[in-house]
Amino acid sequence: MVAAIKRPGWTRGVIGALLAAAFGFGLVIALRAISGLPLYQTEQTGYPHVIVPLILAPLGFLAGFGAFDYWLRWAIGAPTIPDDHSQHGAKSWKDYFRFNTDHKVIGIQYIVTTFIFFFIGGLMAMLIRAELAQPGTQIVDAATFNSLFSTHAVLMIFLFVIPVFAGIANYVLPLMIGAPDMAFPRLNALSFWMLPLAGLLFIGSFLAPGGAFDAGWTGYAPLSTGAPLGQSFFNLGVQFAGASSIATALNFLVTIITMRAPGMTFWRMPLLVWANLSTSLLVVAATPFIAGAQFMVLFDRVLHTNFFQFAAGGDVISYQHIFWFYSHPAVYIMMLPGFGIISEVISTHSRKPIFGYRLMALALIGIVVLSYSVWAHHMFVAGMFSWLRVPMMLTTLLIAVPTGIKIFSWLGTLYFGKIHTYSTAMLFALAFIVTFTIGGISGVMLGMVPIDIHVSDTYFIVAHIHFVLFGGSVFTIFAGIYHWFPKMTGRMYDEKLGRVHFWGTLIGTWGTFIPMHWVGMDGMPRRVADYATQFGEWNLLISCCAFFLGACQLVFLYNMIVSWRFGPKAPANPWRANSIEWQVSSPPPIFNFDEIPRVVGGPYEFGVPGAKHAIMAGEGAEVPAGEPSVVGSH
Amino acid sequence: MYGRLPIVKMMLVTVALTAVMSAVMVSINWDGQEASTAAPKIDDLLNVMIVLSSFVFSLVCVMLFYALWKFKAKPGDESDGEPIHGNTRLEVAWTLIPTIIVLFGGGYSWKVLHDIEKLEKNPLTVDVFSQQYAWSFGYPGKGMAWSQGELHVPVNRQVQFKMHAQDVIHSFWVPEWRIKKDNVPGITTTAIVTPDRKGTYQLICTELCGFGHASMRAKVVVESPAKFQEWVAGLKEEVPQPLAESIVQDTETNPVGTEELGAGGA
Repeated sequence: MVAAIKRPGWTRGVIGALLAAAFGFGLVIALRAISGLPLYQTEQTGYPHVIVPLILAPLGFLAGFGAFDYWLRWAIGAPTIPDDHSQHGAKSWKDYFRFNTDHKVIGIQYIVTTFIFFFIGGLMAMLIRAELAQPGTQIVDAATFNSLFSTHAVLMIFLFVIPVFAGIANYVLPLMIGAPDMAFPRLNALSFWMLPLAGLLFIGSFLAPGGAFDAGWTGYAPLSTGAPLGQSFFNLGVQFAGASSIATALNFLVTIITMRAPGMTFWRMPLLVWANLSTSLLVVAATPFIAGAQFMVLFDRVLHTNFFQFAAGGDVISYQHIFWFYSHPAVYIMMLPGFGIISEVISTHSRKPIFGYRLMALALIGIVVLSYSVWAHHMFVAGMFSWLRVPMMLTTLLIAVPTGIKIFSWLGTLYFGKIHTYSTAMLFALAFIVTFTIGGISGVMLGMVPIDIHVSDTYFIVAHIHFVLFGGSVFTIFAGIYHWFPKMTGRMYDEKLGRVHFWGTLIGTWGTFIPMHWVGMDGMPRRVADYATQFGEWNLLISCCAFFLGACQLVFLYNMIVSWRFGPKAPANPWRANSIEWQVSSPPPIFNFDEIPRVVGGPYEFGVPGAKHAIMAGEGAEVPAGEPSVVGSH
Repeated sequence: MYGRLPIVKMMLVTVALTAVMSAVMVSINWDGQEASTAAPKIDDLLNVMIVLSSFVFSLVCVMLFYALWKFKAKPGDESDGEPIHGNTRLEVAWTLIPTIIVLFGGGYSWKVLHDIEKLEKNPLTVDVFSQQYAWSFGYPGKGMAWSQGELHVPVNRQVQFKMHAQDVIHSFWVPEWRIKKDNVPGITTTAIVTPDRKGTYQLICTELCGFGHASMRAKVVVESPAKFQEWVAGLKEEVPQPLAESIVQDTETNPVGTEELGAGGA
């Protein structure tokens, strides 16, 4: 027991959390007692004796868990524990539950954790659809319904789509660029461990008096500034998820810029690396805005700062500007890594170089730049300065151009290739092209002010966002998980079950989200627990398709768990891909490479005689004469 | 290289698919009944976009399914495809053509927006008050007539709604008018509409405003000017003091209307 307290780990983590919470609680009570105030302040936006412990407990847990040990010792001048790699790599399953600095372990930790939240968020979606299957209120009351869809969105966005991409990239990206690990392994581990804490805060808000936060994932003021205590849980959860996101993005940027293997010029990077470079550029600059916005709401609630309290001179609309200045780029944070995955999968399985590689990379950068200039298209009916609508409309429409370039370039990649569709990853990638095109088209329509005036805040929006985030991002996530599953686990998954999952998901997605366009245009607003009876039949169909879609995800879950445990052993390179991660064993050795590989050509040189992407250790003799052709030349 | 593809046939299939899809989709009245002068303009824009979108969607599908049919690897074929890295002319084409399409859409939308927000002479001004979870309306005249939960407007006369939220953000939407505008605490927002069809409609709150959001509705009646006058004259109550104050206190920073474009403060 004593040893467990001294050693970083779960025991010390829980003790740290409890001590920090107790300290925070005591501090608030003591300060209030000294000031002669009532000890507990329980008007609904107050609760300082809950808020302060909520801020401190996660930090206490992290400190106890060992996230800061090395830095603290270094900072206070104590001898740091020599880097014996005891925190590095996983020898047994138990190592996945520790503070581990190996990017491959962290990648798995990310992916498993985020999928747990995917299934929790999915269950909430099932409850939402159950309530909406019929007009009237049957299963949950209106207030609970608001909490459910708010939590569903927050879990899916902040704890699934954004971090699962960070997880996949965490595992794959250092291998892809020939690096032994991420640039800052301890920061990497810290980034991961902040994530489940954010998730606990979001889900824990159901325990708060007044219920979970219910102002939507957008948390518009002044609904959020006056909401019950649960809203503060959201404000704080976003801080931890956001800090995790920002730290990871910094880590990716430094890793990509400084740790590429010799010979890997920018124009020889796989597009997944380009995609994560672009995403990280978005995250580091945009995410602080949502962190700021949520702090301002929290301060309005607890400290009465009146940023957004109109009665005290605050400006209601400025919340939306700050929020969307993050949350529109966030849409691309949730999409660009997926674009990278699709490029890898399509090129590999059609045995062809990516069509227009340089333009593909430049399109990513184009999206990054444009995405900062479109945020107010979420506010066409918000009552903002009306002239701002037209320029925001034009930039919004223009951002379809780089996205279109990517769609057409993927299609171009297929031509004159040898397309293999035996892999579920490729099926998801191909379906993604069509499904995402629908989401893109409805996005262009929404960008047009007159159409947006009519369909804004209706089910058309719900249809659009799910086509982009489910038919788009989640399809790319599935493609990525299936594609790298052999590399990560050393096992092959079952393609038959993969196909069942794929076709079910495709049909379920279209069946669920296509009719939502129609009911939205016809007059059904979003975020309602009850609706006009005329939409009853469509909603019943939507709900049935949603349940089917949900059930299909259980096939995926079963396939992943069983294959991970019992699947046939995977070869190093089952897809005959070129990029570096496939040239090492599955799963890769603990430090990735015995010797850093040397990059001598582009990553997608399929069909180019004698071309090679990288020379691995012990391959020196095979160096082809002269440098192979440069990627992207025409 | 790409000369080997049956480009003409592929384009023909694309155009045929586009024609069938657009014919079906344009014939459906997606947005429901049209009851304002703005509605047909917005629906026309939507229909043009449906045709353009059908083309883009058909093109993507034709390109994808042709490739899958033609270039699918034979079982056991482990060879690679042809090492084509790109084609500058094609890449320029699929950068420029979509740019032209979206800029056309942008210009068209701009014109529609300009038209539907054009101010007409002698508009009727109605103040809209929203609070959790009810709508009420103030009519100009002697004192200020107040109607709770029921909005009456005359047919074929432009109405300017001046909106005032009392607590949180609400949003004013009458689907048949195709007009929506948030009511924002602290500021006055404006929406302009010319109803051109008599009837009874529903005003729907479309901004999440709390547990009663789904039921925050009001009845909208569009009637002849004579009937409308009679109805206003029959209103017994005047706008209560706190609501009347919000008209004065709310700052009007963001006027809508073609004449005022660019004239508002930021």
